[in-house]
Amino acid sequence: MQSENPTSHKGGRTLPEGQALLSVRNLKKVYHTDAGDIEAVRNLTFDLGRGELVCLVGPSGSGKTTLLKCIAGLMNSTSGEVRLDGQKVTGPPKKMAVVFQEYGRSLFPWLRVTENVELPLKNAGVPKEERKRLVAEALEAVGLDHVPKSYPWQLSGGMQQRVAIARAVAYQPEVLLMDEPFAAVDAQTRADLEDLIRSVWKKLGVTVLFVTHDIDESIYLGERVIILSSSPTIVQEDIVIDLPAERDQLETRSLPRFTELRHHVYAEIQKAKQGHRPEEAITMVAK
Amino acid sequence: MKILKSFGYLLGLPLILLAWWWLATSGAPNFFVPTPAKLLTTFVETWFGERMLTDVLPSIMRLVVGVLAAIVLGIVLGLAVGLNRTLRAVTEPVFEFFRALPPPVLVPVLMLLVGINDGMKVAVIISGCIWPVLLNTIEGVRSIDPVQNETSRSYGITGFSRIRYQILPSATPTIMAGVRQALSIGLILMVISEMFASSSGLGFTIVQFQRSFAVPEMWSGIVVLGLIGVALSFIFQWVQRRVLRWYHGLKEVENAV
Repeated sequence: MQSENPTSHKGGRTLPEGQALLSVRNLKKVYHTDAGDIEAVRNLTFDLGRGELVCLVGPSGSGKTTLLKCIAGLMNSTSGEVRLDGQKVTGPPKKMAVVFQEYGRSLFPWLRVTENVELPLKNAGVPKEERKRLVAEALEAVGLDHVPKSYPWQLSGGMQQRVAIARAVAYQPEVLLMDEPFAAVDAQTRADLEDLIRSVWKKLGVTVLFVTHDIDESIYLGERVIILSSSPTIVQEDIVIDLPAERDQLETRSLPRFTELRHHVYAEIQKAKQGHRPEEAITMVAK
Repeated sequence: MKILKSFGYLLGLPLILLAWWWLATSGAPNFFVPTPAKLLTTFVETWFGERMLTDVLPSIMRLVVGVLAAIVLGIVLGLAVGLNRTLRAVTEPVFEFFRALPPPVLVPVLMLLVGINDGMKVAVIISGCIWPVLLNTIEGVRSIDPVQNETSRSYGITGFSRIRYQILPSATPTIMAGVRQALSIGLILMVISEMFASSSGLGFTIVQFQRSFAVPEMWSGIVVLGLIGVALSFIFQWVQRRVLRWYHGLKEVENAV
């Protein structure tokens, strides 16, 4: 099947100075272990504009989680930098919220659903009335307003991840980072959660960076997909997903364009696994 | 019906033991083992009077103060040590040394250092009760989930709020296991601390009875100790049920899978 190539960049796409909300520049991370140094991330450069929904996809072991932790300020990079709204990220920024893959361990089991969602706000000193409103809104947005008094472990995996998303949403971040959030939930729940992310993104206008190893998921969700190479990681390609804005699990996934994009991303990842690296990408800067 | 059943479980075995005791002592009288009826009258005569105020309550007060102080100190120190890797490495051998010392051998030392008073007795109780709480707190803090840590950090929950909202609740199951051990150690040390250079208290009184061959009275003192132990255990379980409701529920769910 010969298809029209998607609009793409070899290497990460960058925006002109001052237009990016989140920019990653020449990010490199080397782990020092007893057995020697491991270069997890070699050189990553890309930008996220305000309000974008971008998926990061890459083969397993391609340093996706490392990259996300560096962006979230949970881990120091070896060199290069991450800037949020022009400010260099040195620790977890206030305008960022993270949704982890391990929802069961990320939610506090001793707190009820509302308390979990409320905790970051309480800690930030948000007044009680406003806290109550934000928590109620967030729980409603994820469709969980009927179980506020439950403990997270009384809920199914998918519902627990909804609580984690509600907690992130209530925190009112400008950037929402998600680290393979649906890797541990079953396929049907996963589809619901994907649609939930799209609707939350649209409703709140938040900027989302969604890390996944699932090619279909990245295309279905994203407005843009950044394909990572295998480790040591660089950006393999940065493509625009030109699917209609209204996405539907059945309709969208059966569009010919969806299949084309899927083929394209799949082929790129295969290339990445075989060690093909777009060398020019390392030094590539914006047009 | 349900209440009756739980009462049956609660009192069944004690009643059987009581019946057995009664049967065993009703035939030939034994100087060293009183009958249940004799023990009951002695119990009431001996303890429901002046001794309640001069011996029983002061002993219980010292026990409560000692155990509570050991719990608070153990948790505070445990948090400090558990959260600091260097401190942990430095203190670990020292803690092992002190933990290995049987508190009774410290009684003469504490007498010299603190003096012969309530403070000394409380100090003996603390010196023994603190270890399970301290070591369990260190362990509970050390084994905290890294994902929980990252969650706290990414939401800006740091410093004292992190201890309050994440570390303490998460370490509570381990800490409670230490507290449970501390309670039984506390009861033992309460008695021992009153056996040396003392003129009142449960331990002192029981030893007095032993030395003067007041056998039924001695037995009744042992019963008092047993009853205090039961009361402590019930209080502990009640507190644990409230504090660790989430933990037991979580375990139940995990085991059901």
